[in-house]
Amino acid sequence: MTPTQRDQAPILRIENVAISYETRYGDVEAVREVSFEVCRATTFGLVGESGCGKSTVAFGIVDFLGPNGKIAGGSIKFQGRELVGRSQKELRLIRGDQISMVYQDPMQALNPSVTLGDQLTEVLTVHRGISQADAWKKSIAMLERVYMPDAANVMRRYPHQISGGQQQRVVIAMALLTNPALLIMDEPTTALDVTVEAVVLDLIEDLKRDFDTAIVYITHDLGVVARVCNEVGVMYAGEMVESGPVGAIFDDPKHPYTQGLMRCVPRLGATKESSRLYPIRGRVPAPKDRPKGACIFAPRCDYATDRCYQERPAVREIASSHNVRCFYAEEISAGDWKPSEGLVPDLTPAAEPESQKPILAVKDLRTFYAQESKSILSLVGLGKKRYVKAVNGVSVEVQSGETLGIVGESGCGKSTLAKTIVGLESPTEGQAEFLGFDISVPVSRRDKKLIQELQMVFQNPDSTMNPSYTVGQQIGRPLQHFKTVPSDQVRGEVIRLLNAVRLDGSYYDRLPRQLSGGEKQRVGIARAFASRPELVLCDEPVSALDVSVQAAVLNLLLEIQRQYHTTMLFIAHDLSVVRFFSDYVAVMYLGHVVEFGPAEAIYAPPYHPYTEALLSAVPIPDPEAEQKHIRLEGTVPSALNPPSGCVFHTRCPRRSMLADGGRVCESEVPPWHYNTEKHRIFCHIPLEELRKMEPVVTTG
Amino acid sequence: MAVAEQSVQAVTRPSLWQRAWGGLAVLFASKIAVIGLIIVLFWIVVAILAPVLTPYSSTAQDYKAQNSPPSAAHILGTDDLGRDIWSRLIYGARVVLVMLPVGEHFWLPVGTAIWGVLLGLLIGSTLGLMGGYLGGWIDEVVMRLLDAMMAFPVILLYMIIIAAVGASATNVVLAIAIVGTPGIARLVRSLALDIRTRDYIRAAELRGENPFYIMFIEILPNARGPIIIDAMLRVGYAIFAMGTLGFLGLGLPPPSPDWGSMVAAGRRYILSGSPWAAIWPSLAIASLVVGLNLLADGLREESLRYQ
Repeated sequence: MTPTQRDQAPILRIENVAISYETRYGDVEAVREVSFEVCRATTFGLVGESGCGKSTVAFGIVDFLGPNGKIAGGSIKFQGRELVGRSQKELRLIRGDQISMVYQDPMQALNPSVTLGDQLTEVLTVHRGISQADAWKKSIAMLERVYMPDAANVMRRYPHQISGGQQQRVVIAMALLTNPALLIMDEPTTALDVTVEAVVLDLIEDLKRDFDTAIVYITHDLGVVARVCNEVGVMYAGEMVESGPVGAIFDDPKHPYTQGLMRCVPRLGATKESSRLYPIRGRVPAPKDRPKGACIFAPRCDYATDRCYQERPAVREIASSHNVRCFYAEEISAGDWKPSEGLVPDLTPAAEPESQKPILAVKDLRTFYAQESKSILSLVGLGKKRYVKAVNGVSVEVQSGETLGIVGESGCGKSTLAKTIVGLESPTEGQAEFLGFDISVPVSRRDKKLIQELQMVFQNPDSTMNPSYTVGQQIGRPLQHFKTVPSDQVRGEVIRLLNAVRLDGSYYDRLPRQLSGGEKQRVGIARAFASRPELVLCDEPVSALDVSVQAAVLNLLLEIQRQYHTTMLFIAHDLSVVRFFSDYVAVMYLGHVVEFGPAEAIYAPPYHPYTEALLSAVPIPDPEAEQKHIRLEGTVPSALNPPSGCVFHTRCPRRSMLADGGRVCESEVPPWHYNTEKHRIFCHIPLEELRKMEPVVTTG
Repeated sequence: MAVAEQSVQAVTRPSLWQRAWGGLAVLFASKIAVIGLIIVLFWIVVAILAPVLTPYSSTAQDYKAQNSPPSAAHILGTDDLGRDIWSRLIYGARVVLVMLPVGEHFWLPVGTAIWGVLLGLLIGSTLGLMGGYLGGWIDEVVMRLLDAMMAFPVILLYMIIIAAVGASATNVVLAIAIVGTPGIARLVRSLALDIRTRDYIRAAELRGENPFYIMFIEILPNARGPIIIDAMLRVGYAIFAMGTLGFLGLGLPPPSPDWGSMVAAGRRYILSGSPWAAIWPSLAIASLVVGLNLLADGLREESLRYQ
């Protein structure tokens, strides 16, 4: 940034803003004493976990706080003009023209019953007063700026006719149409797949260069912050605990919370050791439990002293424009930190299993969903049946005591595979064997003893527990149902399970609504392990949790697995999450497994081209790391009509590496190449070529 | 236990009283619900204490004071046979709200209207849960059956049932149940369709629980909010229906103090200057139905306020 740009007044200056909500029990303070400023052509990242108040701050800037929210104090100055206390009419005029906002879910930001062209032109005709024809031309030009293919036609379509990534591009185009001075983006890529997110982040970086906009970028993902932001503000429980340039925050974080956050973010480390996650102990205080006269992070801080509990630290400037809210910031060094006793489980691999017979063997499994056709013929049963080929020929084997990670984006079939194995869906073809028994039948037809050995941990902690029953009753139910212990010992066994998931016995009588997300997920884990199953399937168990809680739950799963010698199938959409505890990894795309092997083999070359693209798309929380820039063209094809030959051929960036220019990818199903005995890749490209690939991530 | 998430204070499950009080707190937060509650409680208390509140019996006739206006002796006046209207009203409230006469000398607590709705809840919930959770052809059959029942105009359906089985309190209960079943079943079905997508139902299926356990123990308790509010409204509809049936002569047989038949009997004397026998029972029906509606509305509004 040139000195002249810096000398100009900041576009947005927020000083000591406090925002509170009215509830039935009184006013609740969601945000207090937050200050930062954003200048032209700067991206300010607002980082924090759920409940920290970052979205509240954004909504406060544009006064979208809802009927029961209000700005209780402080000032928000936009281009030098005070925003707090203005009437709705004045705010509306300022907002639409100079402040734009991009939301998390593009499907909710776009009106489903109005064409995209009309929505785009509306922005211009209302705010600039230009004619419809002019607005139409300008909108097409903007769509081309956001790299929307076939922009003129897209203008005539409705939101549901384009993909999620394209919708988000339209929303960004809408936001930039008026050339706003301030753009607020609230987690714009969270709802998107990893590869699509990478493309949208590329777009945002390009746009930063071309437009002079000041951007406030709200996210919980430190990897994204490292890519996109110039300055970062870290929020915790409604307060800003640290802020400064992005390099300084990542290299040398000063606040204990920021340091803790850096340690618990999953990264694509080269070895298992370097990808360990260290959780932050304790939990975020609820808004009504936040003390006014003490440091808000003190209960969870490793360095807290008496002073921290009695006095609230003010924001101090430590280095140039690097501010911290901590008394001991100069003395704490991230490099000297040692994990406390029992914080992480032992990662040494368990002993080799004696028998080589796999505990779960799936061969050529296919699960198709019949799609209801709307033709008259199909009413009579004569219509042509179409199938969504969710799982289209998957073969994997899992040995006892291992962890298999299944990774893929949305639509790849991993959830359907999980449901088929577990019995909630019936396979259309293929064989599946578990403990020697055939499991290609749904749950209702399986033997109870078999059901007992195969349990599942679910994704969403809020819906994994029945809200009407206590924790004790819900963990006790599998014990009673399977009669694993005599009925008078059920309570004791439940308490033992609660202790195994690091919750104390007082949780026995609590209702789910009294628990936090992480605690609910632990109870879900306790319930799954209650019947001592041989195989536990975890369907994205941590993706709905905060980063600091994720680390704790992942470590817990590892520990419990070792304690009970369970085999685990772990499904995730992100390669960095499965890195540190999977023994084997399977990468799925559109119903097929494209690469399978031991974890070290997947993260190092040779890669399947899709794996390579996935690895290069994951945002890495390290601004210095070098990551290859491989992007996939187009969108995931529909599973109703998967491409012929290799299903990945429509998007494969390495197709041209083949001698015939990739024609064989279209016509023939690829063979399995065995890199080692246990590592296989599903591709036409010869193995020697694949071995010449460079690693995707090289840390600095 | 380095990673145990410390709780701020040890909280145990609130006791039954505390939970009931919490539910009532929602009620008291809404002024509309409180007004409705006062009206309903008034009628219930008056019905329970009927023998204490009036010296007359509901059937004592006084030929010297026919169709008399309100006076010190008869607070609300008398009807065409000289019976005290106030006594008839509160004894009539008894049958509706407080006791169900089964046969000549035997009665059950909790009134006719409420029994009818409870029976309707039982049948309707079962049908709705089966349709919503099991789906498939069971859902289709149940829905078409209910559609057929809903095709009849409500009063006509009541009349057909009562005309078929005869007029007595238990038959009225049956009629209320039959007429209320389709509405309740549809409500429960839509709630079940939503709840069955939750992960805890998946978890129960994974344990191999049988479908009836899942329907009644996992799904139903989570649907109780809307069901309770709907049930309150239905008690109001039932009272209204009982009034109509009584008016049409299909209610409880005379000399039973049925509000509807009181209106029917008093209708003839309105224009000749003695409207009291018709007005007071009409107001009684209206006030009770409005009270229940207000209670249900207030609860619904309050429970959605801080969503």
